[in-house]
Amino acid sequence: MKKFLSIALALVLIVGCFAACGTKTEPAATDTGADTGAATTTAAIKIGGTGPLTGGAAIYGNAAKNGAELAVEEINALGGLQFELKYEDDAHDAEKAVNAYNALKDWGMQVSLGSVTSKPCEATSAETFADRIFAITPSASSTSVTDGKDNMFQMCFADPNQGSASAQYIFDKKMGTKVAVIYKNDDVYSMGIYNTFEAKATELGLEIVSATTFTEDSQNDFSVQLTEAKNAGADLIFLPIYYTPASLILKQAKDMGYAPKFFGVDGMDGILSLENFDTSLAEGVMLLTPFNADSTDAKTASFVSKFQEKYGEIPNQFAADAYDCVYAIYQACNNAGVTADMSASDICAKMIEQFTTMSFDGLTGTGMTWDATGAVSKTPKGMVIKDGAYVGLD
Amino acid sequence: MNRISKTTRSNSLTYAGVIAAFIILQIMTGTGSISSSLKGQLVPICAYVVMAISLNLTVGISGELSLGHAGFMSVGAFSGVVAAMSLQQAIPLAPLRLAVSMVVAGIFAGFAGVLVGIPVLRLKGDYLAIVTLAFGEIIKSIVNNLYVGVDGGGLHFAMLKNANSLGLEEGGKVIINGPMGISGITKISTFTAGFVLILFTLFIVFNLVKSRTGRAIMAIRDNRIAAESVGIGVTKYKLIAFVTSAVLAGMAGALFAMNYSTIVASKFDFNTSILILVFVVLGGLGNMWGSIIAATVLTILPEALRSFSDYRMLVYSIVLIIVMLATNNPLIKNFLGDIRNRLFKPKRNKKLEGGGTNE
Repeated sequence: MKKFLSIALALVLIVGCFAACGTKTEPAATDTGADTGAATTTAAIKIGGTGPLTGGAAIYGNAAKNGAELAVEEINALGGLQFELKYEDDAHDAEKAVNAYNALKDWGMQVSLGSVTSKPCEATSAETFADRIFAITPSASSTSVTDGKDNMFQMCFADPNQGSASAQYIFDKKMGTKVAVIYKNDDVYSMGIYNTFEAKATELGLEIVSATTFTEDSQNDFSVQLTEAKNAGADLIFLPIYYTPASLILKQAKDMGYAPKFFGVDGMDGILSLENFDTSLAEGVMLLTPFNADSTDAKTASFVSKFQEKYGEIPNQFAADAYDCVYAIYQACNNAGVTADMSASDICAKMIEQFTTMSFDGLTGTGMTWDATGAVSKTPKGMVIKDGAYVGLD
Repeated sequence: MNRISKTTRSNSLTYAGVIAAFIILQIMTGTGSISSSLKGQLVPICAYVVMAISLNLTVGISGELSLGHAGFMSVGAFSGVVAAMSLQQAIPLAPLRLAVSMVVAGIFAGFAGVLVGIPVLRLKGDYLAIVTLAFGEIIKSIVNNLYVGVDGGGLHFAMLKNANSLGLEEGGKVIINGPMGISGITKISTFTAGFVLILFTLFIVFNLVKSRTGRAIMAIRDNRIAAESVGIGVTKYKLIAFVTSAVLAGMAGALFAMNYSTIVASKFDFNTSILILVFVVLGGLGNMWGSIIAATVLTILPEALRSFSDYRMLVYSIVLIIVMLATNNPLIKNFLGDIRNRLFKPKRNKKLEGGGTNE
């Protein structure tokens, strides 16, 4: 009897565990979904996205999440089409991104914002493709994200475009004759830009005199790379990297008394708002970026002030890209007459049709169009830092 | 006699448990009563279970601390995917291609195991831990700088350059692209494949432990000097356990990699090694059943805790600490031991207690 009782008790416990696992996702989803401010959900279209909300890349994930949240709030305040947004943490890891994506699928996601960073987005885009859920990523710029997937779109430039656009820009404006490149060789973003930059530079006859690398573990000292560039007589250093290591490069170059021109890409955006960074170091740094928080354009100014009010910081291009993503989805939904009761695959078919034909004006560019591969076409803006502010180059 | 029959019974219970779990989950998947979240985790769970069992062979049975188990997983993952991608045309049948690539993965990981093991297992003390730790980092660095492509002329390799230096023919495909890892993997791993791999792993490990070799390995763990004095070749037996463990980890790596469309070397870092070690320690050293449960629960747990959003990993670590404290608590230990006695030794108990009517 006792034995039977203990077995029965154990079974009840196990079943209880499983039941808890199974049902937990449903009520939990509405809990965290509520923090988007869309508590009054009168049949809202569910938009989900994954991004690194924790860990080393958290600033990008949180920026994108905040930008998207702001856009959803504005749209819901307009009345009409309603959105409900939910971001799940992927900690910049492909495995966790797929888990996060599946959690969103359980929640009932109808349109996806993909993932914020490239590698996780590659993993989730394969899932959205298989499940026929439309996805547009704010910032995953690798080409393998969209490769061979008809329902995956990008709001940011693809890496190759940035590399070749930068080489073209440097060549056209005759900014330098001897170019040095310092790039991060364990980073998809940096490698992707460097490879196309190199190819385009060779094609144009732009001389690369020094190409040096660093990794995640060795981004605390750049004296070797800078010395090599200096000895090679480089008069322009191309930095296809994010702003944190770039700020150190600027500082060390100044300490060495080496003053070439510096040219960055969209990852450089944000360097002026970096804490404890002497902005005079960035004087004269040029960069190609689609978004400029100091722009006097009415749309941008209103976005920046609202963002600052809500989150207490100046939005970077990740936030702007995510904000644009939500508005692009909004425009496409309105054009196609998408309603919240449609299935994800029906929405997907309509959205693909819209995105390949429509033109969209947002914070990160006007007259944006998408081709069938999912890559965006918009013109990068050349910026230069003058007196601690971004100023248009042209 | 009694001891042997006890291990046999516990082993067959482990097999039965795994098979039962598989059948239940298959039925749940069939009827659609399983969440996508759990469904998406089935293959990684299988891979982690195999990793935990194989590490348990090194840590629990052979008594050597290995901190680079993810390194073998990495070797297996990358060699397995390269094999699967280059055999895409030759073997159109996905399950067969998966099996072949797992074998290739096992061979490569086993080779890496021999390379690391030969010099290190001759040493005493904690050297293995330090060297395996370094090994994991070395593998990460190598794969980060490795470029592999395939075209009509076969495989091309390059180190430290970039994908353009591979010199691929027209229509060639880059497989491993340095720090960008592998993109565009065809997902051929299935839950069934994972289940078969777990059974295979259990079969290998249980039979190894039960054999003459296994007894020699445990003798070395318990008393090296005594084992040496009766003529057991310490290095040889340690190497057998270590390489077996590496081979199984490599196969798990291949299974894991082919469940995602992309894989990077930095995934298999020190943290992953430690995670697997946590599975083993939490499940109990030398206890395969415990490893299976621990790997499963600790893989599901972070996902089940998603409702805590930002505090998720905090809750996760608190749960880990509580589990550790609870399993070491004498009261709970006695209680669990009591249950186990009632479940697994009913006949003897009956004789002693007289039918179980008295308390």
